Amino acid sequence: MDKVKLTIDNKQIEVEKGTTIYQAAKKLDIEIPVLCYMNLEDLGIENKPGGCRICVVEVEGRNNLAPSCSTEVWEGMVVHTHTMRVINARRTVMEFILSDHPKDCLTCAKSGNCELQDMAVKLGIREIPGQEYAEMSEYKVDFSPSIIRDLDKCIMCRRCEMMCNEFQTVGALSAFHRGFEAAVGPAFEMDLEHSPCTYCGQCVAVCPTGALTEKDHTRDVINALSDPTKKVIVQTAPAVRAALGEEFGMEPGTSVTGQMVSALRRLGFDYVFDTDFAADLTIMEEGTELLDRLTKHLNGDKEVKLPILTSCCPAWVQFFEHNFPEMKDVPSSARSPQQMFGAIAKTYFADKISVKREDLVVVSIMPCLAKKYEAQRDEFKLDGNPDVDFSISTRELAHLIKEANLDLNTLPVEDFDKPLGESSGAGVIFGATGGVIEAATRTAYEIHTNKKLEKLDFEELRGLDGIRSATIDFDGTPINIGIAHGLGNARKLLEDIKAGKSQFHAIEIMSCPGGCIGGGGQPIHHGDSSILKARTKAIYAEDAGKPIRKSHENPYIIKLYEEFLGKPMSEKAHHLLHTAYFDKSKKIEIS
Amino acid sequence: MSSIKVKLKEADLNKIKEICKSFDNKEGELINVLHKTQEHFGYLPAEVQEAVAQELKMSVAKVYGVVTFYSFFTMLPKGKHPISICTGTACYVRGADNVLQEFKRQLDIEVGETTKDGKFSLSCLRCVGACGLAPVVLVGDKTFGRVSPDGVKEILEQYKD
Repeated sequence: MDKVKLTIDNKQIEVEKGTTIYQAAKKLDIEIPVLCYMNLEDLGIENKPGGCRICVVEVEGRNNLAPSCSTEVWEGMVVHTHTMRVINARRTVMEFILSDHPKDCLTCAKSGNCELQDMAVKLGIREIPGQEYAEMSEYKVDFSPSIIRDLDKCIMCRRCEMMCNEFQTVGALSAFHRGFEAAVGPAFEMDLEHSPCTYCGQCVAVCPTGALTEKDHTRDVINALSDPTKKVIVQTAPAVRAALGEEFGMEPGTSVTGQMVSALRRLGFDYVFDTDFAADLTIMEEGTELLDRLTKHLNGDKEVKLPILTSCCPAWVQFFEHNFPEMKDVPSSARSPQQMFGAIAKTYFADKISVKREDLVVVSIMPCLAKKYEAQRDEFKLDGNPDVDFSISTRELAHLIKEANLDLNTLPVEDFDKPLGESSGAGVIFGATGGVIEAATRTAYEIHTNKKLEKLDFEELRGLDGIRSATIDFDGTPINIGIAHGLGNARKLLEDIKAGKSQFHAIEIMSCPGGCIGGGGQPIHHGDSSILKARTKAIYAEDAGKPIRKSHENPYIIKLYEEFLGKPMSEKAHHLLHTAYFDKSKKIEIS
Repeated sequence: MSSIKVKLKEADLNKIKEICKSFDNKEGELINVLHKTQEHFGYLPAEVQEAVAQELKMSVAKVYGVVTFYSFFTMLPKGKHPISICTGTACYVRGADNVLQEFKRQLDIEVGETTKDGKFSLSCLRCVGACGLAPVVLVGDKTFGRVSPDGVKEILEQYKD
């Protein structure tokens, strides 16, 4: 690789050819302010449209200022990052951006966590010249079941567009129009709800301002908790415990399971349960379905659909319903853990505590925004009453805890309630990419071979590469497993299946980078991928510390089948724990 | 951008397929494809954009992004006699805006719209290279120079038929 020598702020450095000024400065610990730029290094996700111009620097011999995020270095380049000319230009750029941005920070969902707000502070903005003459752009606010788009607050950084198109290949969002009318949204400015949006929420996860936020359900939860006629129970997804602490100033990767449980109890939930219990249940159903299909395949059945695809991720379900409807009988029919929990809570558990379905409110805490949409799907309702009433994100839970004057740092460690709070380590690792298939492997192996697994950690299934594969020896039968996170990666595996080229028996797909730990409802990572890695580590550490690490050994799962469901894939299990998928593709109508 | 609903005929769809194919169905040829498509249909309604997106295997949001970015593309059908008023610098300083206002008043439409009878549509463009004749108005292929608001009625009358 060719090397280039240059000088930045009187410091010399040698970097590889093709490096940008911004990257070179970073190596010298010179932090050039950026706004539209974002880099999730470990995932190969980079946004550098060079559009906002906040990162401009002075380059000797060049007339105009250079955007450091998108200007490559050259031999002998001399760069100054903080001259008065640069500082002046940055302020002017910021004033222009703010002249067309609402000033309602007090009530904005992103207040305190907004990169634009932080930049205004950093650049010492105290007034916005010409404000009295400036006309503001106005757009209709778009409310979808999961995501709210308030484009008045969009600064055209185009991070959301990059995530939606390049990483997810969903193609719901694009920039349109130009000048003051420019904005980002679906084709023909339709609502998100009518677009191919999967509600993965990755646009929200990277939005630097309050233009894209979650549909907030905390008020609904408060109302339910204040209603004396309701029993309110809560389930918490595995990835939440690995990230919630960040909202309370803890180091990324701090597991706060016990403190989270006591916070929920103090918030007034009647029972604090765990989605991990339902994750174990998912493994029982999905694992049995996998073995069922596999056995048929090995016995020469040509009709059986393989590979089996996981179906826990609601954004992924939306994705194949929109883009690969002809393959809708390939994924497992197993419902997601959130929905399995809801179905069991409103039947088995409601009976146990003698509460009527309509008097039981099920709240879920999810790292995800698509879960909000999933909870509202008609298939998961009985006479209009949803199995899961409200799904709130990790961020919303942090708000609730703070509102109640609780501090996670000082709360005691408490245990989940029984019976729906008991889980195995296999349930915990659902939160990281590769975790579901690892959990399924632990159970499927033992059921298929009738032998005890010697080693529970399948390191070959872990990691952050977008597409991974491994062959696991099921006592003489090699099982080929594929894993994808990010819908763009999933699309590649699906195209292979469609073309009949796939060698896999089972594939796990998660929409978000890193799996659920990188979900659209998690604390905002602000482009720091080391946070995602730390959360992943916390998930695997929690699994390693669990006394039970295989789903089929969870005593309350065994009891649930004995008392209520019979066996996996029984008629009752089918009715409550499985679902069907629909063709949502848009066909061009011709007359 | 306002639009109208249309239903494509089989022949329309085949035409779009033919145009896309002539550019090897390449995403990078989108602008050329849109030019040819607009040449054929006269405008680019949503349904046409959807068909183009399908053929080029790209998102319709991206196609819409390009259509709305370039002022040449339109989602509304042009009138039988499309009127374009040059609002480039030379024409503007010689009173193009007053001429434009008069056209809007007489036709009772805004820029980008078409009269109800489908006869006239109104658009603005930037410099046709006839600055010596400023302000300039084009109706179809015909150029009118040194147009004043008083002359608008006279121009429209030529297309009464």
